[in-house]
Amino acid sequence: MLANRGLASALKKNLVGSKNAISLQLARSMAVKVNGDKGQVEISPVQCYKTDGPSLWVDTTKEEAVQALRDITTMRRLEISADLMYKSQIIKGFCHLYDGQEAVALGMNLGSTKDDHIVTSYRDHCFQYIRGDSVKRILAELTGRSTGSTKGKGGSMHMYYPKNNFWGGNGIVGAQVPLGAGLALAAKYHANKGMARGEVSSKAVSFTLYGDGAANQGQVFEAMNMAYLWKLPCIFVIENNKYGMGTSTSKASSNEEFYRRYDPLPGIKVDGMDVFSVKQCCKFARDYCLSGKGPFVLEMNTYRYHGHSMSDPGLTYRSREEVSGIRKERDPIDRLKRIVTELGFMTDAEIKDLEKKVRAEVDEAVEFAKTSPEPELKELYTEVFAKEPLPYIRGTDGIYGHGVCEWARK
Amino acid sequence: MNLVGAINNALHIALDTDPTAILLGEDVGFGGVFRAAVDLQEKFGKSRVFNTPLCEQGIAGFAVGLASEGSTAIAEIQFADYIFPAFDQIVNEAAKYRFRSGGQFDCGKLTIRTPYGAVGHGGLYHSQSPEAYFTHTPGLRVIVPRSPYQAKGLLLSSIRCPDPVIFFEPKALYRASKELVPVSDYEISLFNADVVMEGSDITVIGYGAQLGVLEKACKKAREELNISTEIIDLRSLLPWDKETVCKSVMKTGRCVISHEAPLTSGFGAELAASIQKECFLSLEAPIERVCGYDTPFPLSHEKFYVPDYLKCFAAIRRCIQF
Ligand SMILES: Cc1ncc(C[n+]2csc(CCOP(=O)(O)OP(=O)(O)O)c2C)c(N)n1
Ligand SMILES: [Mg+2]
Repeated sequence: MLANRGLASALKKNLVGSKNAISLQLARSMAVKVNGDKGQVEISPVQCYKTDGPSLWVDTTKEEAVQALRDITTMRRLEISADLMYKSQIIKGFCHLYDGQEAVALGMNLGSTKDDHIVTSYRDHCFQYIRGDSVKRILAELTGRSTGSTKGKGGSMHMYYPKNNFWGGNGIVGAQVPLGAGLALAAKYHANKGMARGEVSSKAVSFTLYGDGAANQGQVFEAMNMAYLWKLPCIFVIENNKYGMGTSTSKASSNEEFYRRYDPLPGIKVDGMDVFSVKQCCKFARDYCLSGKGPFVLEMNTYRYHGHSMSDPGLTYRSREEVSGIRKERDPIDRLKRIVTELGFMTDAEIKDLEKKVRAEVDEAVEFAKTSPEPELKELYTEVFAKEPLPYIRGTDGIYGHGVCEWARK
Repeated sequence: MNLVGAINNALHIALDTDPTAILLGEDVGFGGVFRAAVDLQEKFGKSRVFNTPLCEQGIAGFAVGLASEGSTAIAEIQFADYIFPAFDQIVNEAAKYRFRSGGQFDCGKLTIRTPYGAVGHGGLYHSQSPEAYFTHTPGLRVIVPRSPYQAKGLLLSSIRCPDPVIFFEPKALYRASKELVPVSDYEISLFNADVVMEGSDITVIGYGAQLGVLEKACKKAREELNISTEIIDLRSLLPWDKETVCKSVMKTGRCVISHEAPLTSGFGAELAASIQKECFLSLEAPIERVCGYDTPFPLSHEKFYVPDYLKCFAAIRRCIQF
């Protein structure tokens, strides 16, 4: 263990501010230990601020690792299918894809329980999936159909799975951060049957995600201040994919070391392209928060392959080589595949087979999303308020929508 | 020239003719998401055209600061739906600077440009028309152009106007609306509504992208019902040109108002209330409002939500047949 920490600090020098840092550590052989269906995987080195950080060895099992590979393969396929459907105009409007960043959602799910809250931005399809929703419902939401996750009412940016405490995407950059802190407040409040200030434990935490661009919104800092003041079990997860739309972090952030940006909050910079790194650090931060010490920051060093949204080719502000280089050297799926095979949990042939199955499943979901019915008209004016609409929802009465209300005629 | 081209052209002229003019906003250095700021940084340099971090409250605050200290500050909020983080700076600061300092200073050189309105698939947060929140704020001017020619002239006037202006650009028309636009420098008065078409039977009032919808409805009314419609483009919502509007309604005796924003407390409410006060004895029918519904902006049902030309036509007919 100590030796590994030594390695971590030796690599640390390379990590700071260096784009090649992560590929450097990948170049060395993956360290794993195996014992039957149980295994241990060495995670990427981490950078710590006001914390010692977690052990660099993380436990796993065959069941977990195989399922993880299945899930991450599904996520990638989901996003690629969404891309194709968008290009053939089956999906319209705003659509932000998550391919490249899947390990964050997946690792976070492994490092948390379904009682923990998760809330994120508009790049939300994979979180919806990993918290329990089906690919069918997600794709049907993207096509705006009644069978979608939000009955076709929300679209790409607005899907939720409250059953497993996923509080969804958000179209307004940064708006989900105070919401996440609010969920943390709720968790602490319920655990203590009332408002408890100071270092009091709770039973669940809130993973509150936002981007490197969103990190500069005022409400992020406001939420952090209150979270620290009230020692809320809130894990602020900044997904640093290097760009907010076309703006690189260096052009938008005075301090690009997001994990140490919020004195006095402790933080860790995590390899966000490694499922097990994410899992281990989420677990570590979670334990810290549950004990009542207050909020924690995790910076996920990650990368999005696609442009910002479907209308951005994603190559005007970064080079093709940059994208393909990261795909080649840091791809989270490739890495997980290597781990799974090195652990001896799956053979190459079994992986191929799994990929085929996933593909067929997602293809079936695509068909479902294409052929599901449109939402009923009433979805336009229901759920604005708690009660059935008329005559409260003005405008929607009458065939052209603007007749005089029936009750006024009498 | 299309509408986004006209905006771009106006910005070129504004920066060219006023050495104190500055353009700031998210990604404007790259031309902005709608390309309204294209080539401006190349031409005027990074000290006059620059990107800001993703922080609307900051953008508004910085622009107020610049404007109060002698710069002509033109700020872009990427979508009108994102203006709410900046709401406080606009409503509580920009709008009240002159009044609360007893005229010692102001931020009249401030213009905030922002694209608004439905585009067919924008869903909840890329479609809204938030103009009425701002028309409820004395000290601001609120301008909405309907076409490329109008957009250029009104934007230049807004930038040069000594009051803070919120300039809502109909993004649905950015590329869809094309017309001849002089490349020269010209302004359009911020005080006068525009009588787009004269008529005698009914006054139809709108602004921005809705004007096109109203023109279509009026054409149908003319062809099918032989109705002579007078169409008014408000152009400036705050302050608005009561005289032009009321003279028209006194002449026609009937009035239909239309906007995309929801019905309740929409700008049409202000128009209807003022018109009935001024024109009470001339009115032959209740004033009709054809607006968005009182629902969040829907994704799948946008086509039902928007006050399309058929709804406007139906309202014209109801008003005539009353
Ligand atoms: C309040 C607000 N301002 C601007 C936008 C437009 N916008 C959407 S995403 C985005 C960039 C966000 O970048 P980042 O936080 O890094 O997240 P990423 O897209 O990289 O996941 C911008 C400017 C918005 N949706 N909401
Ligand atoms: Mg980003």
